[in-house]
Amino acid sequence: MTDTTVSTTRLGTRSHAKARTWRPSASLIVMALYLIFLLLPIYWLINMSLKTNTEILGSFSLWPQDLTLANYEKILTDPSWYMGYVNSLIYVVMNMVISLAVALPAAYAFSRYSFMGDKHLFFWLLTNRMAPPAVFALPFFQLYSSIGLFDTHIAVALAHCLFNVPLAVWILEGFMRGVPKEIDETAYIDGYSFPRFFIQIFTPLIASGIGVAAFFCFMFSWVELLLSRTLTSVDAKPIAATMTRTVGAAGVDWGVLAAAGVLTIVPGALVIYFVRNYIAKGFALGRV
Amino acid sequence: MNKTVNQKAWFLVLPVLLLVAFSAVIPLMTVVNYSVQDTFGNNQFFWAGLDWFRDMLASERMWDALVRQLIFSAIILAIEIPLGIFVALHMPKKGFWSSFCLVTMSLPLLIPWNVVGTIWQIFGRVDIGLLGYTLDALGIDYNYTQNTIDAWVTVIVMDVWHWTSLVALLAYAGLRSIPDAYYQAAKIDQASRWAVFRYIELPKMAGVLMIAILLRFMDSFMIYTEPFVVTGGGPGNATTFLSIDLVKMALGQFDLGPAAAFSLMYFLVIMLISWVFYTVMTNLDKRDGVQ
Repeated sequence: MTDTTVSTTRLGTRSHAKARTWRPSASLIVMALYLIFLLLPIYWLINMSLKTNTEILGSFSLWPQDLTLANYEKILTDPSWYMGYVNSLIYVVMNMVISLAVALPAAYAFSRYSFMGDKHLFFWLLTNRMAPPAVFALPFFQLYSSIGLFDTHIAVALAHCLFNVPLAVWILEGFMRGVPKEIDETAYIDGYSFPRFFIQIFTPLIASGIGVAAFFCFMFSWVELLLSRTLTSVDAKPIAATMTRTVGAAGVDWGVLAAAGVLTIVPGALVIYFVRNYIAKGFALGRV
Repeated sequence: MNKTVNQKAWFLVLPVLLLVAFSAVIPLMTVVNYSVQDTFGNNQFFWAGLDWFRDMLASERMWDALVRQLIFSAIILAIEIPLGIFVALHMPKKGFWSSFCLVTMSLPLLIPWNVVGTIWQIFGRVDIGLLGYTLDALGIDYNYTQNTIDAWVTVIVMDVWHWTSLVALLAYAGLRSIPDAYYQAAKIDQASRWAVFRYIELPKMAGVLMIAILLRFMDSFMIYTEPFVVTGGGPGNATTFLSIDLVKMALGQFDLGPAAAFSLMYFLVIMLISWVFYTVMTNLDKRDGVQ
């Protein structure tokens, strides 16, 4: 951008803001209503997680009258509970690493070269993102059982590659298209080999794209339940499946269920907090 | 960007190809295998040809689930896309509140799907949930486990709660890329608010909106966990969507043949509709020319 455009843009922002002084109030109401709508159910879950079961079932109150952390204590001290979180995090991270490692070179190929069958291949990859996990649950179970990977973290990580690899390729391809091809050519003239160019020059240029792809891989692997539940029994059981334990002979243990739910929100919230400045750009998947 | 023809690029795609072949092609072939065979147990299979496909096409159960699924996807697209755009237009542009909105809005997206179900299951209960309790106190007869309409409303509101933010964030990213000069020009021309939206903001958002529609369609068409946790597919079969029905058939009743035939047709429908979206999307990309 040249200097003149910058200055007009700045001027523009100011006059633009002035012209619309009436808008904040309307926007404020819309946003406040929407955020309340988003936060109310989450607040209710937190509220319940801090109550005892007697209070939950006995009386109705908007905030805990008899504040207790017993529900959290139960989860954080019982290995069969907290290992669920550890298991989930292990396969999510594994999946992120695998997805990115294979998606990076592929996305580069799609963004830079045309080769035989490239368009068909790209769409075929995307169709895997469209594949309903329900279709694959049973075959996955048989496949991973037969090769002895049932109930391991790597099985879930590989299964989640089904939808995360196509997505990562798609996202990274969008970001890589934004990097001018002249950079590649200059690097080759300067005598860089392909691996060195890719790691030293290219990767830093699409760092935000890699971050976004990692974020989406985390997101879709973390929230998925059907496949991770089907592929595990004890050793790699994800937290989401562990939560069904709260339904016992004596009815549902609402307090612990709510506390477990709140704790599953925490890793996501932490990730979002760290990437908050890239969210807007990131969600456009490099296509703005 | 004009691309160089380079057949060696296949080597770069090879890892992805092998991985996806392992995690998609082998399972899919298993499904195909089941769909053309019948069994009397004991792992003895015999050729059944296309019988299962004929059976499934004639089965009312599948058509009902498909119709419910299409209605559900249509409703949530009709609500989430306009609502998402509307919210995006009202989001603060910068400063602390902008980050605050972004973080809060992303929150539902990272909650595991069964927890989303649990949240709404609790929230909607008449005895312990805020929503159910309030509606009950207002004298509205609300019970999502017994009343079909209530179950549908709950599942739809839940999905709107869960996914509208994705549409809004995508639309917001699109809006952010509009240079201020465009708005200035519109002001000089004394364009109305609607004209600004119709001729400046909407075209600029078109690309990301197609992504939003594609993602929302695909995910709503595959929805399983959330309605399963909340309603379990009931009351009756009222909220039994395609995936729920399929899992019931394949993992519950172990009807492998019919379930496999069902799977393949399900996959085909989803691919067909997604292909239409994808074609529209790539054409939009081309028309814009930039990317």
